[in-house]
Amino acid sequence: MMQKIYAWLDERLGLGEMYTALLDRPEPRGNWWNTLGSASLFLFLLQTVTGIFLMVYYTPSPDHAYDSIQYIMTGVAFGWLIRGIHHWGASLMVLVVFIHMLRVYFTASYKYPRELTWLVGIGLLLMTVGMGFTGYLLPWHQMAYWATTVGTRIAGSVPFLGDFILKALRGGPDLSALTLQRFFAAHVWMLPALLIGLIGAHLYLIIKHGESHFPGKDE
Amino acid sequence: MSESNTISRRDFIKATTGIVGGVIAAGVGLPAIGYLVDPALKEDKAGKPIAIGKLEDIPVGKPYPFSFTLTRVNGWERTAANYGGTILRKSESEQDILILSSRCTHLGCTVNWNEEAQAYLCPCHDAKFGINGEVLDGPPPVPLAHFNFSIDAGMLVVVPVEVSQEG
Repeated sequence: MMQKIYAWLDERLGLGEMYTALLDRPEPRGNWWNTLGSASLFLFLLQTVTGIFLMVYYTPSPDHAYDSIQYIMTGVAFGWLIRGIHHWGASLMVLVVFIHMLRVYFTASYKYPRELTWLVGIGLLLMTVGMGFTGYLLPWHQMAYWATTVGTRIAGSVPFLGDFILKALRGGPDLSALTLQRFFAAHVWMLPALLIGLIGAHLYLIIKHGESHFPGKDE
Repeated sequence: MSESNTISRRDFIKATTGIVGGVIAAGVGLPAIGYLVDPALKEDKAGKPIAIGKLEDIPVGKPYPFSFTLTRVNGWERTAANYGGTILRKSESEQDILILSSRCTHLGCTVNWNEEAQAYLCPCHDAKFGINGEVLDGPPPVPLAHFNFSIDAGMLVVVPVEVSQEG
């Protein structure tokens, strides 16, 4: 019975081909450095899930942001765990994505035919850093407030356009409720949407070209 | 599987993966569910008893209005709400007291004792309650709620939780 159902679905969805393409594709000889991309993807999913859970209790308003996080940490069952994972997962993700980039650079995996994978990857790195930057403000404690004050001021030091960039980032000349709200919107919708799109392109390219193999001693 | 009792490597890996995966899924899933439903599992905290005043200052035989503010904490939000009630000392006895809530059981407006009508009147929909809180007229479905109390060294102490009366 189950086999019949599976066969029916497989004929229409191509599940078998999908499985082969995603999970059973030929790999170069195993190397732990090649797992960093998958590790980044896993961390992204982990951040997505824990982030969605945090949104159940978090409020992006200057009046309540800090209190709502205090509540998550002390009032909600396992709130400390969910936030802890999101907090440490964020740092870990930046680290893993960066090491992944270094690996690709040192093994020259960005060369033909994978230039586009590399370019999309740069976008992914920037999005990841953007997620870190926007997420950092959300707890709305002193460290978050001043880090964002400094961060947006650095963006404001761009010649000519600086003042405009600073105001666009902050939603005005000062760090305010508008800043918190727009950082929140960027953190939970805009950047994740871009990230998902870029991840899709990145994965497609990886499946299309296969992973590059490490050069052997006699190559 | 071969005839022997030994388990094949493939089956061993399958079983181990299944068990370890199940443990991990439970370890992640159960806290996740707990996190989501947590507010539903919290006990409703009864408010701290509130001292209203000295018993000797409260007249006997006539409803005596009082009010208090109750702060409720929901998550990170504190809300202060005003509650009102009337104390009726039916006799000099310390226990012969009825404390009624002033919240109309119809839609929550504040009822007031009216000496002429000898009834609690609600300004919203002309509800009328007797001196013991029973419904005399109007739309309310049940009598006025009452508060439990205790006497502590001559002080009347009210438990700020409305107790509904039988109809």
